[in-house]
Amino acid sequence: MPEPARHEPNGRAAITAGAPGPIAPPSSEPFAAPIAAPKSPTPPTRAAGGVGTPTPRTGGVGSSPARPEAEAKVNGAFDYASDLSFPGMLWGHTLRSPHPRARLRSIDTAAARAIPGVEAVLTAADVPGKLHYGLIEDDQPVLSLGEVNYEGEPVAIVAAATLDLARRAAERIEVDYELLEPRCDPEEAVEAGDFFRYQPVRLGDPESQVPAAVVAREYVVGMQDQAPLGPESGAAVPTADGGVELHVATQWVHSDLEQIAPCLGLEPDRIHMAIAGIGGAFGAREDLSVQVHMAMLALATGRPVKMMYDRAESFWGHVHRHPARMRYEHAADADGKLLYVKARIVLDGGAYASTTEAVVGNAASLAVGPYEVEHVSVDAWGARTNNPPCGAMRGFGGVQTCFAYESQMDALAEALGLSPVEFRRRNAVAQGSKLITGQVVDAYDPDRADNGKPFSPLADMLGRFKDLPVPAVPAGRDIVDLPGGTGNTTHGEGVRRGVGYGVGLKNVCYSEGFDDYSTAGVRLELVDGQTVAFVHTAAAEVGQGHWSLQTQIVRTELDVDRVELLPNDTKAGSAGSSSASRQSYMTGGAVKAACEAVRELLQDHDLADGPVEATRVFRHRATKPMDPVTGQGESHVQLALCVHRATVDVDIELGLVKVVDLTCVQDVGKIMNPVALEGQIHGGSAQGLGLAVMEEMITEQGRVRNASFTDYLIPTILDMPPMRLRIVENADPESPYGLRGAGEPPTLSSTPAIVAAIRDATGLALTQIPVRPEHLTAHLGRQP
Amino acid sequence: MRVEMRIDGETAAADIDRPGESLLSTLRDRLGLYGTKNACEQGECGSCTVLLDGDPVCSCLVATAQCEGREVKTVVGAVPRPVRDAFIACGAVQCGFCTPGLLVSVADLLDREDDPSDAVIREALAGNLCRCTGYEKIIDAVHAAAEAMAGAPPVRAADATEATP
Repeated sequence: MPEPARHEPNGRAAITAGAPGPIAPPSSEPFAAPIAAPKSPTPPTRAAGGVGTPTPRTGGVGSSPARPEAEAKVNGAFDYASDLSFPGMLWGHTLRSPHPRARLRSIDTAAARAIPGVEAVLTAADVPGKLHYGLIEDDQPVLSLGEVNYEGEPVAIVAAATLDLARRAAERIEVDYELLEPRCDPEEAVEAGDFFRYQPVRLGDPESQVPAAVVAREYVVGMQDQAPLGPESGAAVPTADGGVELHVATQWVHSDLEQIAPCLGLEPDRIHMAIAGIGGAFGAREDLSVQVHMAMLALATGRPVKMMYDRAESFWGHVHRHPARMRYEHAADADGKLLYVKARIVLDGGAYASTTEAVVGNAASLAVGPYEVEHVSVDAWGARTNNPPCGAMRGFGGVQTCFAYESQMDALAEALGLSPVEFRRRNAVAQGSKLITGQVVDAYDPDRADNGKPFSPLADMLGRFKDLPVPAVPAGRDIVDLPGGTGNTTHGEGVRRGVGYGVGLKNVCYSEGFDDYSTAGVRLELVDGQTVAFVHTAAAEVGQGHWSLQTQIVRTELDVDRVELLPNDTKAGSAGSSSASRQSYMTGGAVKAACEAVRELLQDHDLADGPVEATRVFRHRATKPMDPVTGQGESHVQLALCVHRATVDVDIELGLVKVVDLTCVQDVGKIMNPVALEGQIHGGSAQGLGLAVMEEMITEQGRVRNASFTDYLIPTILDMPPMRLRIVENADPESPYGLRGAGEPPTLSSTPAIVAAIRDATGLALTQIPVRPEHLTAHLGRQP
Repeated sequence: MRVEMRIDGETAAADIDRPGESLLSTLRDRLGLYGTKNACEQGECGSCTVLLDGDPVCSCLVATAQCEGREVKTVVGAVPRPVRDAFIACGAVQCGFCTPGLLVSVADLLDREDDPSDAVIREALAGNLCRCTGYEKIIDAVHAAAEAMAGAPPVRAADATEATP
């Protein structure tokens, strides 16, 4: 392969763990050191025998060492997938369907091909191998085959000397579409039997119960986008043996390879894949985007090809969080105990399967949250429509139902005259409780008790808010602190404060019998007299801090200072995806297991005689499928709880909301890295805030109306309130160090907490998210 | 059209063939200076923030043709070391894609304000989107950087870069 133009991509450079420690004290000349433009902006690479200050023997599990890649990131020297460059590189671009549903009568690429500098124009007819791919079901066409099923479906791809030229060439491709009526109503699709999965849950007999209070409401959740700041990007480089090397920002490189190889008609060993620098993921990089397309272009032209979506294309180029329509009925007895829950959940999976099947499983199994209830009837569907495909996003099927069941818990508490906290406490699951799937809650200390009853982590967490008072309304506050900030034209006469709670229960790792595993290799060797540990995994560092975590585990397990992380690529065994809050558990577990094996070997071995190494595959305990009729089955391996309390100010006349405080209590089992953990809770809470009050991809008849950061709003620093965290460590006896996955749970619970607070301030029912100004002012008769 | 400017203290020239080419595109695609990030190209996210003659701008919204003879400072040349250290130590960097733009905005803020309040920090950074951190650690980092820089001579990193032999 050709040599890279300017540097080794991250994927091929070992990342050295930086020295942990506090912020350096100010030197006498803090600005004295010139910050030179990096001639070769490579992450600090220290090969065996290389340079570098040895890290002190801190930075193990429980500490917050500096991220190995942090120095490169603050210097602008970290190579994201969109920063890759190779000599002779072409740019690829995708022509996408402007119609949500159409038949392709013909595609004429002659005019595009004729443009000087255009090296390839490919359509479905040029796909070398299998015509479809998919994470679970192979139903996504590599390029449209005879019909398009959503707006933005890839139809043709172009490689040209520049991105501009590739875009202009794509405009010259003549596609004759015969427009067809799109199906955009997921309820209609379900009625027509057009769905990816139907999963019921049946428990007891809801119909035979005699409740003291019943609440029935319908809830609507909009389509949320992951909106990672780094666009979909990567580069494909043809290799001398007719294969191809891919550098791509992906969450699961081995799954990519499994999907890509058949489409390219290549044996998997002809494709080398390395993870390039990832600018956030949140589920958006679980499905393929640029992978097959850029590889096809590279193989067709014999030259390196880079692809990078712009922001608008990014909105079309990845799956989204499923919009949902949910009808819930909750009933309780006079003592405030839940009697039954009935739920009808329709998730819109869009045009292709992606991970809808698994999302429906989560929505169904977690449909009532962390509450005990003996009579349940849940029906959950993932509909197939001509809307944008939906799949993985942080929270993965747990977010939509959490908004509904928490809203229901508040409404029922009010009907019973109980406080939201007390009602939740009375119904909270405890050690030994059963979820609606029959799964026993067993991951807490079985000997621990609360007032003689089995320990309820949720009741304990709810109790902790007593010590965290709701912030007082400041006297004489500045008008810029009002909802709407400087956009608020009043003096705050219409501002009301509200407080609300939300509880989320999220499964960690893969569920429903999936063979979930991760692989890690650890080698210990002497380098110039110093013991160095090398770690090789394929786990994606998406920003969550997993590289740090690996170094911490190795330091703790092997008592070494220096840890070198080898490139995350397909030369290592699969690590599974950086999703489902699972990498600390799974790849953390694999690294720990490999370290333990190395330690064992060291008992009969002197490092002076040569290195020792071990590779281990780590699996969590097996889970079971959900029964297709009753939904029963121990489908999850680990469950994690998070509770939010939101305090909001609402201008009830202008319909403006300001979240003034978010307080969060989360059970993480074990604090592995305090700073990274807090960052996960803050960031997850922010995405939940976004869904509560601003984030929605708006579609009209299958057409996306707001594919830009001008029109799709994500929270800014002015939208996020200060957060107070209380982190609880109820160890899971089965997981490494007792940890619980932590990235997703806060994304579930912050949304219902914020909406509950808005309800408290306004007295409105608010059954749709995001809550928009017009939802708050419609009753005033001022709707536009 | 040939445009000459100073980028992070060094003279740079770019031959652009489209009058509308953005400074961001010139930095990244012509000059290979990838430190400045492209996340939206609409001036909404702030990831491409640079200092143009000392003022923070979204480089995606500035035409390179406007930059003849002007001074551009990117994350490489605009950010005092204590700001970068504070971002690392406080956990203000997760995926890091917004980081270069944020660092430039913070450098500009701390050049104007020695000890900004939370409210001032929020106002100053409202044009920089971050999808990972929820911003809490970023606010911590700005305070930490301000504290680290307290008592330091009021010299811009950029000036110091040039002044130091």
